[in-house]
Formats: sequence, structure tokens, C-alpha cells
Amino acid sequence: MIEVIGVSKYFGERRVLNQISTAFDDGKVNLVIGRSGSGKTVLMKLLVDLYTPEEGKILYDGRSFHHLKAIEKKEIRSEIGMVFQGGALFDSLTIQENVMFPLNMLKENLSEEEKLERVNFCLKRVDLENANFLFPSELSGGMKKRAAIARAIACNPKYLFCDEPNSGLDPKTSLIIDRLIIEITHEFNITTVVNTHDINSVITIGETITFIHEGNLAWYGNKDNVLISDNELLNDFIFAQPLTQKIRDLS
Amino acid sequence: MIKVLELIGDYFLFLWKVFSRPDKWKEFFKKLLFEINSMGIGSLLIVSIVAIAMGSVITIQTALQIESSWVPTWTVGFTVRTSVIMELCPTIISLLLVGNLGSRITSEIGSMRVTEQIDALEVIGLNSASYLVLPKVIASLIVNPILIIISIFFAIMGGYITVLLTGVVSGYDFIDGLTSFFRMYDVYYALTKTVVFAFVISTISSFYGYRIEGGALELGEANTRSIVVASFVILVLNLVITQIML
Repeated sequence: MIEVIGVSKYFGERRVLNQISTAFDDGKVNLVIGRSGSGKTVLMKLLVDLYTPEEGKILYDGRSFHHLKAIEKKEIRSEIGMVFQGGALFDSLTIQENVMFPLNMLKENLSEEEKLERVNFCLKRVDLENANFLFPSELSGGMKKRAAIARAIACNPKYLFCDEPNSGLDPKTSLIIDRLIIEITHEFNITTVVNTHDINSVITIGETITFIHEGNLAWYGNKDNVLISDNELLNDFIFAQPLTQKIRDLS
Repeated sequence: MIKVLELIGDYFLFLWKVFSRPDKWKEFFKKLLFEINSMGIGSLLIVSIVAIAMGSVITIQTALQIESSWVPTWTVGFTVRTSVIMELCPTIISLLLVGNLGSRITSEIGSMRVTEQIDALEVIGLNSASYLVLPKVIASLIVNPILIIISIFFAIMGGYITVLLTGVVSGYDFIDGLTSFFRMYDVYYALTKTVVFAFVISTISSFYGYRIEGGALELGEANTRSIVVASFVILVLNLVITQIML
């Protein structure tokens, strides 16, 4: 379980996150939703220690990430997998080398054969078994995201972070990515945190939902009560699109 | 002024991060060999062409300046050798490498920053500055002196070919001048400048690439800024080193 306790983040004078407290459950897909610029990505970067909070703390199963020594942080890092918004695959490496990269860096005890076996398992898991020797530039947007997921799960992580995994994808490919994320989460009992503003994802994979508005925690719930909440800010966000408004009006 | 001081401070903090022990020596040497290969091969052609052209022009210009019968004709070869070794190749070729190697480094690291590849390295606990930049700095410290030595050879060859083709002085006199009053110290001086300039090119261009915030527009701006700053620093250091060593 990941606990976020009273976390604030400033960029200069500007407060981007204000006393955020929430929790991300084990073995569940935990969504962080909100409008663009609400602070979702900053929160995710705080979670993976790319930023340091000015106030508050983040506990990984009781371990305060930002207050650990470098060697202890390394242990948590080896338990983290992350899927970036654009995939962030290394351009100069093939897909096989990309997926093997974290294994080379973090799993020194594995032999080359074991690493290759793990790479092939991960690529097969995301339906990319024939893409080993392709370069990222040769893949479509959806394939890049799947390759990024394969790289993120290569080290068998306890915590998986996905920053807007559906951005730039068509609705059908988005569903495939969503399904993959929820399957992997349950199959390997991972604590998954997903940043998104995709309403389809919200109502299909949001086992817990943290809604952030202008840097403040505005609502916490799950996919079952997100559509029936009386929180005005949440409703403004969820029913912003004409299609969702129409569905609400019809129902 | 405060902004400039902040920038200089950031640069030295960046260097502190770059010059830390590599996380994986095997990866470091793999990347180092790759960089040596790509930097060396990638710049060899342009360096050779510019050096030959430079050697030819300086030979003709020197021959035209020395038309008096009081000045021996071997002076042409001597002047060409001295100016090529001491100034033209180390400085002009280094300025050329700012545009060639430097902008390549800024673009490569900058695009990795923009596409979050650097964040991906940091998430798995790597010191991204050391992992990406240190092999480039060490490679340029190895490759640039070799490129400058090659450029000196080609510049002198360019001069010799020009002498043979134009007959401004005889080939014998030109070679006589080349071999007269040779001081090894001139080569040390040239290589010292080259190594310092190589450090400036690789670190400043990496620094500007590494600190990009934004997208393609900022990448272009960073590229221009890194070329301007590295060129300026090279010119200032050229003066300082010359004052110290000569």
C-alpha cells in the first residue's frame, strides 16, 4: 500500500499540490484523475521520487521514500515500474534491449539466459512477441505503450505507475491498454497507480479514484460511485463531454 | 548578473553529478566505445575537408605577404606549420566541432529529456547525468586531440599540394620551412588547448541539453545557446591558455 500524507509541492512561489492525502491499495488499479494542469503528473513524479515534496511524506508499505538512505531507496526503486506518457522507450535500443535494460541495471544475479527468458515472457504478455528486434520508431502508438508496459513489469514490480497511458490512442486501443493494465495488476498483485483524464478508464478500471482539482484533493471514491456523486467539481469533470452529458440526461 | 551566476552554479553542480562513479562499469565502457566511434567517424570527413582548405589558403596568403627577396622562401612552410599547429587547427577546428559534435550532444540529450527518457533512467535509480554524459566527455577528451592531430596533418598536406599546384614557392623550400626550428612545445601547447576545448564542448552542450524544460522549440533554443556559449568560452580560454603557456 502507498500512503500519501499531507503532501505539498511548490515550484518557486506557486503551490502546485496542497496538502494531498490519499492511499493506493495493493492489488488494485488506483486512478488519479483531474483536468490538465491539476497536478496529477506532479503527484506521480513525487511518488517515484523524481520530485521531492516540500511538506508531507509518502509511505511505501510504511517506508517513507523521501527520508530513506540512498541504498534503501534503491531497494524501493527495484520494486517500481513506470509507464511514461509517451512511452519513454530508449530510441537507440531495440524493444528487446529496452525491456532488458532495467534487468541489466537492477537484477545483477540473473544470467543472460534468464534475462532473455524474462524479456520474452513480458513481451508475450503484452502481445509483442514478434517485436524483439524492432526499434521504437518502427512501432505504432499502441505498440509503444505496450512495449513500455513490458519494460515496466520486467523486474516484477510491486508498484506500477502509468502516466496517462491512453493519451494519443484511439478508443479501441485505449480499451486494450486499460484491459492489459487491470489484468497485469490482478495477475501479479501489483499496486497500480494510473494518471488519467479518460472517462472510459475512470468507469472501467477505477478500483479507487482520487480526484485532484487545482492541486487540492477534491474527491475520493471508486468507479461504482463516481457517476452518482454530488460533488460539483467532479461532475463538471466527468460530464464535461457532450456524449457523457447525453448519457446522463438519458439515464 | 544573478542569473549568470546561477547558471554557472548550476553548471558546476551538473559537473559534480556527471563526475560521479558510474553505476555500471560494463555499460559505461560500452557507451564509451560507441561514443568514440560515432564522434570520431562522424567528424572525420568535415574536419579533413576544412583542414585541407585552411592549409591551402594560409599557404597562398603567406606566400603573397612574403614577396621581399630579403625574406627566405622557406618562411612560407615555417609560417604555415606554426600557425596551423599553434592556432588554426586547435582553435578553428574546435569551433567547428562546437557546431558539429556539440549540437549533436545537445540535441540527443535534449530530446531524451523532452521525451522523458531521462526520467525513465532516474526512476530505476540511475544517475542519468553520469550515465549519459560521462562517456561523451571522456570520448571527446580522447577523440578531439586525435581529430586535431589528423587536421594538422591534412592542413599541411593541403599547403604542400597548393605549393605544388600553384608554384608560389618550390616544394623543396616549403618542406625545408616545415622542418625548420621545430619545437615539440608547440604541439604540447596545441594539445593542451584541444583537451580543454574538448571538455568545454562536451560539458556545455550536455548541460544545455540536460536542463531543457519544454518541447521542440526549447530544444532548438538550447542548441543555439549551447553553441554560442561554448564558442565564447573557447575564445576566452584560448586567450587565457596562450597567456599562461607562451
